[in-house]
Amino acid sequence: MKYLYFPGCSLKGTGKAYEESLLAVFGALGVELQELEDWNCCGATAYMSVDETKSYALAGRILALAERERLDVVAPCSACYLVLNKTQKSLQEHPELHRKVTGALQAAGLDYKGTVKVRHPLDVLMNDVGLDAIKQKITSPMAGHKFAPYYGCQIVRPYATFDDQHNPVTMDQILQASGAECVEYPHKTRCCGGSLTGTVPEVGLRLAYILIKEAKQRGAEAIVTVCPLCQFNLDGYQDAIAKKYERVDLPILYFTQILGLALGLPAADLGFKRGIISAEAVLAGR
Amino acid sequence: MAEQKEHQNGIPRIGFYICHCGSNIASIIDVEDVRKYVATLPGVVVSRDYKYMCSDPGQELIAQDIREHKLERLVVSACSPNLHEETFRNAAAKGGLNSFYFQMVNIREHASWVHEDKAAATRKAKDLARAAVYRVRFHQALEKRKVPVDPNVLVVGGGIAGIHAALTLANAGKKVTLVEREATIGGHMALFDKTFPTMDCAACILTPKMSAVKSHPNITLWTYSEVEKVEGYVGNYKVSVKRKPRYVNEDLCVGCMACIDACVFKEPKFPDKFNQGLGKRKPVYIDFPQATPKVVLIDPATCIQMKTGKCKKSCADACDRKAFDFNQQPELKEIQVGTIVLATGFKTYDAKRDALYGYGRYPGVFTALEIERLVNASGPTLGDVVLRDGRHPKAVGIIHCVGSRDEKTNKWCSRVCCMYSLKLAHLIKEHSGAEVYNFYIDMRTPGKGYEEFYDKLLAEGVHFIRGRVAEVTDWAMTPEEQGKLVLRVEDTLAGFVRRIPVDMVVLATGMEAQADAGEVRHKFNIGCGSEGFFQERHPKLAPVNTFTDGIFIAGACQGPRDIPDTVAQAGAAAAEALVLIDAGHVELEPNTAHVVEEECCGCKSCVPLCPYSAITLDEAKKKAVINEVLCKGCGTCVAACPSGSIRQNLFEDDEIFSEIEGVLAQ
Repeated sequence: MKYLYFPGCSLKGTGKAYEESLLAVFGALGVELQELEDWNCCGATAYMSVDETKSYALAGRILALAERERLDVVAPCSACYLVLNKTQKSLQEHPELHRKVTGALQAAGLDYKGTVKVRHPLDVLMNDVGLDAIKQKITSPMAGHKFAPYYGCQIVRPYATFDDQHNPVTMDQILQASGAECVEYPHKTRCCGGSLTGTVPEVGLRLAYILIKEAKQRGAEAIVTVCPLCQFNLDGYQDAIAKKYERVDLPILYFTQILGLALGLPAADLGFKRGIISAEAVLAGR
Repeated sequence: MAEQKEHQNGIPRIGFYICHCGSNIASIIDVEDVRKYVATLPGVVVSRDYKYMCSDPGQELIAQDIREHKLERLVVSACSPNLHEETFRNAAAKGGLNSFYFQMVNIREHASWVHEDKAAATRKAKDLARAAVYRVRFHQALEKRKVPVDPNVLVVGGGIAGIHAALTLANAGKKVTLVEREATIGGHMALFDKTFPTMDCAACILTPKMSAVKSHPNITLWTYSEVEKVEGYVGNYKVSVKRKPRYVNEDLCVGCMACIDACVFKEPKFPDKFNQGLGKRKPVYIDFPQATPKVVLIDPATCIQMKTGKCKKSCADACDRKAFDFNQQPELKEIQVGTIVLATGFKTYDAKRDALYGYGRYPGVFTALEIERLVNASGPTLGDVVLRDGRHPKAVGIIHCVGSRDEKTNKWCSRVCCMYSLKLAHLIKEHSGAEVYNFYIDMRTPGKGYEEFYDKLLAEGVHFIRGRVAEVTDWAMTPEEQGKLVLRVEDTLAGFVRRIPVDMVVLATGMEAQADAGEVRHKFNIGCGSEGFFQERHPKLAPVNTFTDGIFIAGACQGPRDIPDTVAQAGAAAAEALVLIDAGHVELEPNTAHVVEEECCGCKSCVPLCPYSAITLDEAKKKAVINEVLCKGCGTCVAACPSGSIRQNLFEDDEIFSEIEGVLAQ
């Protein structure tokens, strides 16, 4: 099993723990990730609102590079995953846009026919690797641990490619396969505050606070997420939340970190030290 | 206006008529231009346009021209042959011409209604007319075949539609076989406690009809049975029905239910499908006390004897009439009928598809059908409205339009949900005293006494909030919301977002086509719309007919509807069947295939290809023979015959080649 890996900026920066744990987990499961050569910014969601066509060309370049390799692209960051899927769909639906974007690509010696499949790590683990294969490799199950599975908005909306738009369950099943328990969490896909945490902090902080408080109230010892921005928002602002509301102190982890522990990988290889809120309780006895 | 000219040698004298259809055709197609053009074509001696060709004067015009101008062929450019082919065939006959010396051109559905470019549409109308003019000269005089109609009727589906249709036909003296897939007739109506808006007891009005079906001398009732195969044609259908094993002999069982008491399972243990899984049943069971026929059956998936063969079979021992037969096998029955009424009903929308409403996730969320059973005096709680944990709800929210009027799921309005939500609101309030909130998009109450019922509910103090509920959540924002289900909704009348905490949520799920409607329609060779409901022949003028003669549809298999409309439609379907039966015979299109004996080499290629088994080989002559009564005119053998010795009426080679030549000519 081999895929192209498109890290995007987050996994090389604030989401380094995601990259480290993702590569370790995929390695342990025998899935090869080949980093896309000469990749560029996906444009995230912000550039779309500045210049749509150019942002499509930006994402189009990534797809064009990937098409030459004839492999599915794994995009772990939710923003990258959304933008690449959106570009795929827009290019298919709007021939005029497709002409403009391929024109730009051809000027750079590239071309895009539209054959690339953009995949999320959850999708690959669930549908290509399979729960049974994962379960067979679990050596130190996370028994006794309780987590709140938090998906964020971008991997299921607007395109629900591999899970339900409002009540996704893929991560729940993977965490359960690792031996952990998932609390019934009604905010699975509710907004984390997104960029509001930076622009309108009083709104952004409240949204983050709602998510953390509810997870805590339901007995979760950590929120487990798939999105670097969600992780950043929820992990990085708990001091500000404490000043405005109350102390919450809840670790915010990537699902790959939990799965990595269950697969018996050393915590040091899974980026646990990179979190702001300590995950000591999760690591206790490991 | 008209053009007339003298006869041309060698070509039959053709009359051409183009219809304006008011402005339906004439507003897009230049009919005068077409008329003048067709007048120049070889063979055409009369060419006319007229505002309504299908009107009496229009038809008379044709008949008169046939006589006056000695017309030998007729072409009419108008609407779809589905509507008026018969009309113009009759006009031809009235003028003394064989009905089949006629060809119809559809320039309404095929041109004026679907094109905006007038010049192009007119050009297309000319092309199509020219094709018909070229074709019609090769037409031959044919006669329709008359075949008798078998007076027996098959009714498929034993809900209120099937029951009503079967009783109507049986009361008219016809023999009816009613086939129902479940173990009892009654359908969805048997699940209900009350019916809106009169609130009369559903069982009290339904069960007498169920018993009447069972005891009627003209009705054969086959429950737990499904139609396997349908062959034949209008008036003469051969139907195979599979009778599934109940493992209890239906003729012996009297429904005393001693066996249920004696079952080795002392307590009911398995989810009771009839009660929507809210109650429990034993492996030997009967759906409900008035089940018809009142015969028990065994669920082989849960019965110890059926699963392991090692049970002391106390049920069978308790049966005085020795009705148990653990080795019963499915039985295939064959019947002959002339007409078929399909009343196969609907299924309710799967509430799990709306993840935001939490059905299957929050135990306090119910479907409307589950509530129907909870408020029912003979339901699993004997009418007590309780939550799954045994608590009584203090507040109940009913969400309308779940799986209806929704871009993401089903776009259609299911027509019954507003009214049944009102009914359930009334019953829940009456049985539990709870506060009841209805969340609606629009209240749709078009029916006799329906709006008045809505008024009554408003006066009773049931709450109505206009807005589509965004989500049902157990996320409490305030202490009052703790332990409750919160409905988040934009109240579009008050103009703000509200959070309403309740204990019980009822999802008013809409109506969908049966899961196997696609399979069933293929079996009976009828059509369906994009939403899966069976297609009527005409939405206004032939609502219970289908495009297959002799097969009628009634009730919710054709689209969402309530009980009064269903019963009315069932009566209509029965009446349509009676029309055919009492006429005694039907006329069939003479579009059959026939073998030109001298050209047939007896290779038998055609024999296995015929879907209707109409072809045999005359062993003495070594020639294929087609049974005209069985032939449905599909043309398969005509296309497959290696020597080209099979021909088909109305589709002769010279007719088709000339038509092609016509449409391509300039």
